[in-house]
Amino acid sequence: MARKLDIRHFPGFLPITYLCLFLLYAPLIIVMIYSFNDSNSITIWGGASLRWYGEVFWGVESAKFKAAALNSITIAVMAATTATTIATLAATAMLKAGRFRGKSVSFALINLPLMVPEIVTAVATLIFFSAIGFTTGYLTILVAHIVFCIPFAYLPIAARMQGIEDVYEQVALDLYATRFQAFRLILLPLMAPGIISGFLLAFIISLDDFIITNFVKGAGIETLPTAIFGAVKQGIKPNIMAISTLLLLVSVVFVTLSYLVGRMGQNKK
Amino acid sequence: MSEIAVDILNMTKRYGSFVALRDVCLSIKDNEFFTLLGPSGCGKTTLLRTIAGFEAISEGAIKLYGEDIADLPPNKRPVNTVFQQYALFPHMNVRANVIFGLQRLGQDETTARARVDEVLDMVQLMEFADRLPAQLSGGQQQRVALARALAPKPKVLLLDEPLSALDLKLRQSVRQELQQIQQTTGITFVFVTHDQEEALTMSDRIAVIADGQVQQVGSARDIYEAPQNRFVADFIGETNLIDVAVSSVSGGYATCVLPGGDVQFTCPAAAGAVVGHGHLSVRPERVSLVKPQDGLLRGVTTRQVYLGTDMSVDVRLEGGKIITLRLQNSEETHIPEIGDPVGLNFETGTARLLED
Ligand SMILES: Nc1ncnc2c1ncn2[C@@H]1O[C@H](COP(=O)(O)OP(=O)(O)OP(=O)(O)O)[C@@H](O)[C@H]1O
Ligand SMILES: [Mg+2]
Repeated sequence: MARKLDIRHFPGFLPITYLCLFLLYAPLIIVMIYSFNDSNSITIWGGASLRWYGEVFWGVESAKFKAAALNSITIAVMAATTATTIATLAATAMLKAGRFRGKSVSFALINLPLMVPEIVTAVATLIFFSAIGFTTGYLTILVAHIVFCIPFAYLPIAARMQGIEDVYEQVALDLYATRFQAFRLILLPLMAPGIISGFLLAFIISLDDFIITNFVKGAGIETLPTAIFGAVKQGIKPNIMAISTLLLLVSVVFVTLSYLVGRMGQNKK
Repeated sequence: MSEIAVDILNMTKRYGSFVALRDVCLSIKDNEFFTLLGPSGCGKTTLLRTIAGFEAISEGAIKLYGEDIADLPPNKRPVNTVFQQYALFPHMNVRANVIFGLQRLGQDETTARARVDEVLDMVQLMEFADRLPAQLSGGQQQRVALARALAPKPKVLLLDEPLSALDLKLRQSVRQELQQIQQTTGITFVFVTHDQEEALTMSDRIAVIADGQVQQVGSARDIYEAPQNRFVADFIGETNLIDVAVSSVSGGYATCVLPGGDVQFTCPAAAGAVVGHGHLSVRPERVSLVKPQDGLLRGVTTRQVYLGTDMSVDVRLEGGKIITLRLQNSEETHIPEIGDPVGLNFETGTARLLED
């Protein structure tokens, strides 16, 4: 009986699974493979080489991409740091407040940005910035990134918090710790895996963001995703594939790290 | 007259409109093993938390060795708690857990280390000093929690059902250990439990609590043998509560009329007993079987249950009231068959008239 209900035994399950996997990953794999293409064409295979990677780092367009990458990384570091700090404080407050009226509303408010279509957030943010008279540029990108990174940083921290009862803080207070010592010596170390995981996630979300950045960046400044988009509009060259592959690699590493750190914290109880 | 360690004066604790503790008055003496006993939800933890400083009191006062502590935060009160869930810091080993309080008090490293060794020795955990809490059994974790709370030499140690997570065998040996530690350290213990056996065997004095109110305070013997009201009589051990008409009360004694007859019976009375209607409490082991015509009460055997060393027998009185008695299981004891008419007897001193 149980066997019959097992989803793996539904007819057609396997082909559909393979189709989905193919649609998801085939384009990525093709881009990765063709980034090692020696030819000038993006569709004709001309033997393997690292030519386009060299082009990325030392070619004619390298200066533009390096500037964009530097912007991306500095913004991602600052946005992730700020967002993680805010998320940590929010999670601590939620833990210490215990059960209060409106707790689930607060939780939903923190996480709502995850559900709002990104284009809506982008337009709204742009309107907001022009309404208050901000000139678009590096700073507007940074502010926007901090804001949309908060829920991504908050989720792993909140998940980690599930295992931390507020009784730990009470024990610390009972043992003559000040509130700050209780936070620094007990809560913070217990939350650390969640915080690191949240930071990594926020970092990569910021690094990869295109839509919001494109709206609020203004002229004359590029991040890596907007620079790639700009280059693609003038025709796809194989060096774009090399950059994309590099960006994909960074993403995969960070997301994996984020997951591993978060899980390590869960097991170590 | 020994000194009062914790003095709770007309203390009331409300959560919104809900009254968790009502007009509590307790004087816990220095160097006493004091137990708060009561059913789940009666307010034991709440009372302990008001002493520790985690709950602000709504009315009344709390004094610690004469000093009013109602406004002191928990980290300023020389009181430590063994929490019900132990709550050992999971990222610190045993030693770091135990030294935590000493470091916060600003003790120098050498003194603190020596004290940690001392308490770990006291709870026999020396060999586990470098382990993380997750690497310890439940009983060992419980002892770490105890050591951690004892290390700063608190004036009063609060223990919230510290044994409830342990299995029966372990619980019994830890009881003795706890008592011994209390005696050797001379620290006042306030111990919370809902287990009456635990309370009776360990405590110098017990406060029985129900519905946020102190029902009675006294030694184990006081509470078992001279319960103040129906709740205490019923909650501590088993008892038979018999409805009686009270004809006179004076000098701690009452005269009442037993049901099913006009037998006048005089027995000790609780402070609140009044003329009119009352409840007579008689413990099952104090009731003896006699011939029907010799008994204070008469009835028919309706049930007998084998309990190992004892036998429990139910007798239905003429009015329908069931009286339970406890007989020793020995060769000499005559156990009546079901349906046998029997008489029941008890000594004047063993029955007690309770407040209505
Ligand atoms: N923070 C709170 N807000 C509202 N009511 C509370 C709060 N804490 C406790 N109570 C209520 O106060 C009453 C006493 O709770 P308390 O935890 O003191 O019971 P307890 O005697 O320790 O019970 P147990 O043996 O189950 O631990 C309960 O009815 C509980 O619901
Ligand atoms: Mg409790």
